Amino acid sequence: MEEVKNKVIDELSNKDYEFGFTTDIEMELAPKGLNEDIVRFISEKKGEPQWMLDYRLKAYRHWLTLKMPKWGHLDIPKIDYQDLSYFAAPKNMPKYESLDEVDPELLDTFNKLGIPLEEQKRLTGIAVDAVFDSVSVKTTFQETLKELDIIFCSMSDAIKDHPDLVKKYIGSVVPYTDNYFASLNAAVFSDGSFCYIPKGARCPVELSTYFRINTAGTGQFERTLIIADEGAYVSYLEGCTAPQRDENQLHAAVVEIIAEKDAEVKYSTVQNWYPGDKDGKGGIYNFVTKRAICKGNGSKVSWTQVETGSAITWKYPSTILKGDDTIAEFYSVAVTNNHQQADTGSKMIHLGKNSKSTIVSKGISLGKSQNTYRGMVKFGKNAHNSRNHSQCDSLLMGDKCGAHTFPYIKVENNTGIVEHEATTSKIADDQLNYLKQRGLGEEQAVSLLVNGYAKEVLKQLPMEFAAEATKLLSISMEGSVG
Amino acid sequence: MELIKIRDLHVNIDNKEILKGFDLNINRGEVHAIMGPNGTGKSTLASALVGKPDYEVTKGEVIFKGKDLLEMEIEERALEGLFLAFQYPVEIPGVSMINFMKTVVDARREYRKEEPISPVDFLKLVKRSSELVGISDKMKGRAVNEGFSGGEKKKNEIFQMAMLQPDLAILDELDSGLDIDSLKQVAEAINKLRNENNAFLIITHYQRLLDYIVPDFVHIMNDGKIVKSGDKDLAKELESKGYDDIMGLN
Repeated sequence: MEEVKNKVIDELSNKDYEFGFTTDIEMELAPKGLNEDIVRFISEKKGEPQWMLDYRLKAYRHWLTLKMPKWGHLDIPKIDYQDLSYFAAPKNMPKYESLDEVDPELLDTFNKLGIPLEEQKRLTGIAVDAVFDSVSVKTTFQETLKELDIIFCSMSDAIKDHPDLVKKYIGSVVPYTDNYFASLNAAVFSDGSFCYIPKGARCPVELSTYFRINTAGTGQFERTLIIADEGAYVSYLEGCTAPQRDENQLHAAVVEIIAEKDAEVKYSTVQNWYPGDKDGKGGIYNFVTKRAICKGNGSKVSWTQVETGSAITWKYPSTILKGDDTIAEFYSVAVTNNHQQADTGSKMIHLGKNSKSTIVSKGISLGKSQNTYRGMVKFGKNAHNSRNHSQCDSLLMGDKCGAHTFPYIKVENNTGIVEHEATTSKIADDQLNYLKQRGLGEEQAVSLLVNGYAKEVLKQLPMEFAAEATKLLSISMEGSVG
Repeated sequence: MELIKIRDLHVNIDNKEILKGFDLNINRGEVHAIMGPNGTGKSTLASALVGKPDYEVTKGEVIFKGKDLLEMEIEERALEGLFLAFQYPVEIPGVSMINFMKTVVDARREYRKEEPISPVDFLKLVKRSSELVGISDKMKGRAVNEGFSGGEKKKNEIFQMAMLQPDLAILDELDSGLDIDSLKQVAEAINKLRNENNAFLIITHYQRLLDYIVPDFVHIMNDGKIVKSGDKDLAKELESKGYDDIMGLN
């Protein structure tokens, strides 16, 4: 019995990464290495104005003074920043009027990823700003958005078309001095999404961006800026998957979210970067800085993340609750398998009165992986009557993985309430046997149990995303039982 | 028609022999009751038949619907039509009853190479089964067994049985945790589910349950095997005389 089980596990864990394929499209690469000339090259390639170049150069000079952070519970191989290329763009990038004009091979890539643009456009009502490596290829639903004066475009376009907004907000939540990776991103960011919801507007569609890394040895530095003006509402989705590579790929994105008075932003992400093979070879390094600010009174920001990919994840979507009566939420499921390492969590910085935050983190560790929750809750001097509830659960499968929890709590105001709950559990044989006795196979039973465990988080996702996430969780579980 | 044939079954747990040559034949359309004092191997029999790991069969054979049951994995036995109403049903947090049932019903249909059940048919089946057993809509909306009372858990087992319509249902200590009204209700549901094609194996300490589900055969088990068999009157005799007397130990 035990032997059969191990055999099944072996077979399943040898299953290749489902989205591991590459596309042959000519790339225009920056020469390898990083210096001021490269920063200038990137800025020039993108036809940026002087102020943007100046910002990049300031960031680059600051980055030179920094060292890579070492406090994570991570074992990060040395990264040679001079051995990476910092810019890659598919050649000949005209803006298309219809999909017929788009390179069929590119469309095929999207199809393999399950995001046929025309289908999505027609059926789901999702506006997709698809990022193929570094340059935006296609933006849909512009007309619907235009009627509401909602801006949803690539960061490059925003710099050209809406310089005042970009200037006002870029770096306002994550300054280029914030940390090593944020600084690097500010210097060399390639592209990303820009989204502005004007006063009082409710964005009627889920705004969605799919990212994909496609050139070997190219770092990907996305920059996303989401602004909800007074009383505005937007739900933003980000999902990604990457092709299989032997070489480690660096991904250092920055996401900034600004919620003005009474605005609400819901940010959901399913992250499925290539995690490396079962021996831990290859895989994406995902060093991401995501931060939101509830700037105005009565504003709300909600983060939901499902993390299953990457060789190494270093990511703490955080919220500064600056306004009074603000609300921030963080819901996370992080799965690590094989040799994956994740150090992820959230920071809730309460500055305003009556601010409320919730953290729900579900870690699932399998194989030989290490899964760490790291969170910080801070109540500032003026954060009267604030509340935080943190719930942090870890599920372990097998006896070679690790789950770790590092909660930090800093309270400078004694009128608030902070609660922290944590549990660690294993899937019980009783539960597995019960499900099997009803006719479910091992994989299906584990998948059901894990989805049940993560339900509190999954139910926060928009409907169409939740289905995808559920499927992804099941795939991540495959071959993990024993 | 023969549904299951158990021959000279020996089962170890942790290298200790619990079943010591158990024999039983059950035909379709029959209800068998197994009674006996604590620790005689009644629940071990149930666990070994459904194929729980840790129950090591050292000798004997079990033929279910003409197939070698002992060669099958636990889920395969279930898909073939063997159902166990657990003595202690476990909680599955976060998994709704409806989602669970849909997954399980479809797993069976897939095994029989049938299409997944249509939402309309599924809801009809749920309605019929829940009315039969008397479980509330509220219960159906909750996670599997989570926060259920002991009685609700037992009812939920019979609800699942009604949904899945197994060939052979083993009911392990169904009466424990059920109050008398619930017991009557559940027994009535089982009586309605009885037909000439299925069979039941009822494991119980007490005769009480057998007042409501009248068995065709009653077997008394002691020390890992059946020591006496009879009809429903044997259970009554047992109730009045006690195990020791019936088994001739006095």
